[in-house]
Amino acid sequence: MLHIVNKSPALTRSLESCVRLSRPGQSLLLIEDGIYAATSADTVASLKHLKLYVLQPDVEARGMKGRIVEGVAAVDYAGFVDLVAEHSSNQSWL
Amino acid sequence: MKKFMFVNRKPPYGTIYALESLEVVLITATFDQDVSLVFLDDGVYELVKGQDTAGIGIKNHSKTYRALEGYDVEKLYVERESLAARGLTEDDLIVDVEVLSSAEMADLMAEQDVVLSF
Repeated sequence: MLHIVNKSPALTRSLESCVRLSRPGQSLLLIEDGIYAATSADTVASLKHLKLYVLQPDVEARGMKGRIVEGVAAVDYAGFVDLVAEHSSNQSWL
Repeated sequence: MKKFMFVNRKPPYGTIYALESLEVVLITATFDQDVSLVFLDDGVYELVKGQDTAGIGIKNHSKTYRALEGYDVEKLYVERESLAARGLTEDDLIVDVEVLSSAEMADLMAEQDVVLSF
Protein backbone atom coordinates (compact mmCIF):
# COMPACT_ATOMS: atom_id res chain seq x y z
CA MET A 1 0.00 0.00 0.00
CA LEU A 2 1.15 3.52 -0.89
CA HIS A 3 0.28 6.28 1.57
CA ILE A 4 0.32 9.87 0.29
CA VAL A 5 0.53 12.91 2.59
CA ASN A 6 0.20 16.46 1.24
CA LYS A 7 0.02 18.59 4.39
CA SER A 8 2.73 19.94 6.66
CA PRO A 9 2.90 18.04 9.95
CA ALA A 10 2.86 21.43 11.72
CA LEU A 11 -0.52 22.26 10.19
CA THR A 12 -2.54 19.05 10.38
CA ARG A 13 -2.29 15.61 11.94
CA SER A 14 -2.50 13.80 8.61
CA LEU A 15 1.04 12.46 8.88
CA GLU A 16 0.47 11.35 12.48
CA SER A 17 -2.69 9.44 11.48
CA CYS A 18 -0.92 7.91 8.51
CA VAL A 19 1.87 6.63 10.76
CA ARG A 20 -0.63 5.25 13.27
CA LEU A 21 -2.52 3.36 10.56
CA SER A 22 0.38 2.13 8.44
CA ARG A 23 2.11 -1.22 8.58
CA PRO A 24 5.83 -1.94 8.37
CA GLY A 25 7.07 -2.23 4.79
CA GLN A 26 4.37 -0.03 3.27
CA SER A 27 5.34 3.10 1.32
CA LEU A 28 4.84 6.79 2.05
CA LEU A 29 5.13 9.53 -0.55
CA LEU A 30 5.30 13.11 0.70
CA ILE A 31 3.96 15.68 -1.78
CA GLU A 32 3.08 19.40 -1.76
CA ASP A 33 3.37 20.78 1.83
CA GLY A 34 3.88 17.22 3.06
CA ILE A 35 7.53 17.42 1.98
CA TYR A 36 8.39 19.62 4.98
CA ALA A 37 8.19 16.47 7.12
CA ALA A 38 11.28 15.20 5.31
CA THR A 39 13.34 18.19 6.49
CA SER A 40 13.24 17.02 10.12
CA ALA A 41 15.59 14.23 11.17
CA ASP A 42 13.31 13.32 14.10
CA THR A 43 10.26 13.09 11.87
CA VAL A 44 12.10 11.01 9.29
CA ALA A 45 13.32 8.72 12.08
CA SER A 46 9.71 8.20 13.18
CA LEU A 47 8.92 7.01 9.64
CA LYS A 48 11.64 4.39 9.41
CA HIS A 49 9.19 1.45 9.23
CA LEU A 50 8.02 2.84 5.87
CA LYS A 51 9.67 3.25 2.47
CA LEU A 52 9.86 7.01 2.28
CA TYR A 53 9.73 9.16 -0.87
CA VAL A 54 9.44 12.90 -1.56
CA LEU A 55 8.18 14.51 -4.74
CA GLN A 56 11.20 16.48 -5.94
CA PRO A 57 9.36 19.26 -7.87
CA ASP A 58 7.52 20.13 -4.64
CA VAL A 59 10.81 20.10 -2.71
CA GLU A 60 12.44 22.42 -5.22
CA ALA A 61 9.41 24.73 -5.43
CA ARG A 62 9.68 25.31 -1.69
CA GLY A 63 13.44 25.88 -1.63
CA MET A 64 13.96 22.77 0.49
CA LYS A 65 16.35 20.98 -1.85
CA GLY A 66 19.32 21.17 0.53
CA ARG A 67 17.25 20.46 3.63
CA ILE A 68 15.80 17.04 2.93
CA VAL A 69 17.16 14.48 5.39
CA GLU A 70 19.77 12.23 3.84
CA GLY A 71 18.52 8.87 2.65
CA VAL A 72 15.02 10.02 1.71
CA ALA A 73 14.33 8.97 -1.88
CA ALA A 74 13.31 11.66 -4.35
CA VAL A 75 10.93 10.97 -7.22
CA ASP A 76 9.75 13.11 -10.13
CA TYR A 77 6.22 13.05 -11.57
CA ALA A 78 6.97 9.95 -13.64
CA GLY A 79 8.26 8.30 -10.46
CA PHE A 80 5.03 9.27 -8.71
CA VAL A 81 3.10 7.46 -11.45
CA ASP A 82 5.39 4.43 -11.12
CA LEU A 83 4.79 4.28 -7.36
CA VAL A 84 1.03 4.37 -7.83
CA ALA A 85 1.25 1.66 -10.49
CA GLU A 86 3.53 -0.56 -8.38
CA HIS A 87 1.24 -0.59 -5.35
CA SER A 88 -2.05 -2.46 -5.27
CA SER A 89 -3.80 0.42 -3.50
CA ASN A 90 -3.13 3.89 -2.20
CA GLN A 91 -4.52 6.14 0.51
CA SER A 92 -4.36 9.93 0.38
CA TRP A 93 -4.36 11.41 3.87
CA LEU A 94 -6.18 14.63 2.91
CA MET B 1 -16.80 -7.20 -6.88
CA LYS B 2 -14.18 -4.85 -5.49
CA LYS B 3 -13.55 -3.87 -1.90
CA PHE B 4 -14.10 -0.13 -1.48
CA MET B 5 -13.16 1.63 1.73
CA PHE B 6 -14.30 5.16 2.49
CA VAL B 7 -12.09 6.85 5.06
CA ASN B 8 -13.81 9.74 6.85
CA ARG B 9 -11.56 12.05 8.86
CA LYS B 10 -13.40 15.40 8.95
CA PRO B 11 -16.08 16.81 11.28
CA PRO B 12 -19.58 16.94 9.77
CA TYR B 13 -20.38 20.58 8.90
CA GLY B 14 -17.21 22.69 8.60
CA THR B 15 -16.50 21.32 5.13
CA ILE B 16 -18.49 19.47 2.48
CA TYR B 17 -16.39 16.28 2.81
CA ALA B 18 -18.72 14.36 5.15
CA LEU B 19 -21.79 14.91 2.98
CA GLU B 20 -19.92 14.18 -0.25
CA SER B 21 -18.59 10.96 1.22
CA LEU B 22 -22.12 9.82 2.03
CA GLU B 23 -23.23 10.59 -1.53
CA VAL B 24 -20.40 8.55 -3.05
CA VAL B 25 -21.00 5.68 -0.61
CA LEU B 26 -24.63 5.47 -1.70
CA ILE B 27 -23.64 5.52 -5.38
CA THR B 28 -21.03 2.80 -4.85
CA ALA B 29 -23.51 0.65 -2.96
CA THR B 30 -25.90 0.91 -5.91
CA PHE B 31 -23.28 -0.89 -8.02
CA ASP B 32 -23.24 -3.88 -5.64
CA GLN B 33 -19.69 -3.37 -4.44
CA ASP B 34 -18.21 -4.42 -1.10
CA VAL B 35 -18.35 -1.13 0.82
CA SER B 36 -16.73 -0.32 4.15
CA LEU B 37 -16.90 3.01 5.97
CA VAL B 38 -14.18 4.00 8.35
CA PHE B 39 -14.30 6.89 10.81
CA LEU B 40 -11.00 8.22 12.10
CA ASP B 41 -9.78 11.38 13.81
CA ASP B 42 -12.46 14.13 13.69
CA GLY B 43 -14.47 11.88 11.36
CA VAL B 44 -15.91 10.21 14.46
CA TYR B 45 -17.85 13.44 15.11
CA GLU B 46 -19.91 12.65 11.99
CA LEU B 47 -21.60 9.84 13.93
CA VAL B 48 -22.31 11.62 17.20
CA LYS B 49 -25.92 11.48 18.42
CA GLY B 50 -28.01 14.60 18.98
CA GLN B 51 -26.93 16.71 16.01
CA ASP B 52 -29.38 19.61 15.47
CA THR B 53 -28.58 21.82 12.49
CA ALA B 54 -31.73 23.97 12.62
CA GLY B 55 -29.68 26.99 13.70
CA ILE B 56 -27.08 26.83 10.93
CA GLY B 57 -29.33 26.29 7.92
CA ILE B 58 -27.62 23.09 6.77
CA LYS B 59 -29.33 19.74 6.36
CA ASN B 60 -28.68 17.35 9.23
CA HIS B 61 -27.17 14.45 7.32
CA SER B 62 -26.32 12.39 10.39
CA LYS B 63 -29.63 10.55 10.07
CA THR B 64 -28.54 9.23 6.68
CA TYR B 65 -26.05 6.90 8.41
CA ARG B 66 -29.03 5.05 9.82
CA ALA B 67 -30.36 4.52 6.30
CA LEU B 68 -27.17 2.86 5.05
CA GLU B 69 -28.38 -0.53 6.20
CA GLY B 70 -31.17 -0.25 3.61
CA TYR B 71 -28.50 -0.05 0.91
CA ASP B 72 -26.68 -3.12 2.28
CA VAL B 73 -23.90 -0.93 3.65
CA GLU B 74 -23.36 -2.59 6.98
CA LYS B 75 -19.60 -2.39 7.53
CA LEU B 76 -18.99 0.67 9.66
CA TYR B 77 -15.73 0.82 11.57
CA VAL B 78 -14.53 3.36 14.11
CA GLU B 79 -11.01 3.62 15.46
CA ARG B 80 -10.91 3.18 19.23
CA GLU B 81 -8.06 5.68 19.68
CA SER B 82 -9.97 8.43 17.84
CA LEU B 83 -13.05 7.93 20.03
CA ALA B 84 -11.03 7.88 23.24
CA ALA B 85 -9.06 11.01 22.30
CA ARG B 86 -12.37 12.89 22.03
CA GLY B 87 -13.99 11.56 25.21
CA LEU B 88 -16.53 9.55 23.18
CA THR B 89 -17.74 5.97 23.49
CA GLU B 90 -19.71 3.68 21.20
CA ASP B 91 -22.87 4.69 23.11
CA ASP B 92 -22.50 8.26 21.84
CA LEU B 93 -22.87 7.16 18.22
CA ILE B 94 -26.01 7.25 16.10
CA VAL B 95 -25.41 3.82 14.48
CA ASP B 96 -23.97 0.44 15.43
CA VAL B 97 -20.31 0.26 14.52
CA GLU B 98 -17.41 -2.07 15.00
CA VAL B 99 -14.70 -0.47 17.11
CA LEU B 100 -11.18 -1.43 16.00
CA SER B 101 -7.70 -0.67 17.26
CA SER B 102 -5.28 1.25 15.02
CA ALA B 103 -3.48 -2.00 14.18
CA GLU B 104 -6.71 -3.78 13.23
CA MET B 105 -7.72 -0.79 11.14
CA ALA B 106 -4.36 -0.79 9.35
CA ASP B 107 -4.85 -4.47 8.47
CA LEU B 108 -8.36 -3.80 7.16
CA MET B 109 -7.10 -0.88 5.07
CA ALA B 110 -4.36 -3.00 3.55
CA GLU B 111 -6.95 -5.55 2.33
CA GLN B 112 -8.88 -3.06 0.18
CA ASP B 113 -8.85 -2.73 -3.59
CA VAL B 114 -9.77 0.94 -3.47
CA VAL B 115 -9.42 3.47 -0.65
CA LEU B 116 -11.20 6.82 -0.97
CA SER B 117 -10.41 9.63 1.44
CA PHE B 118 -12.78 12.26 2.74
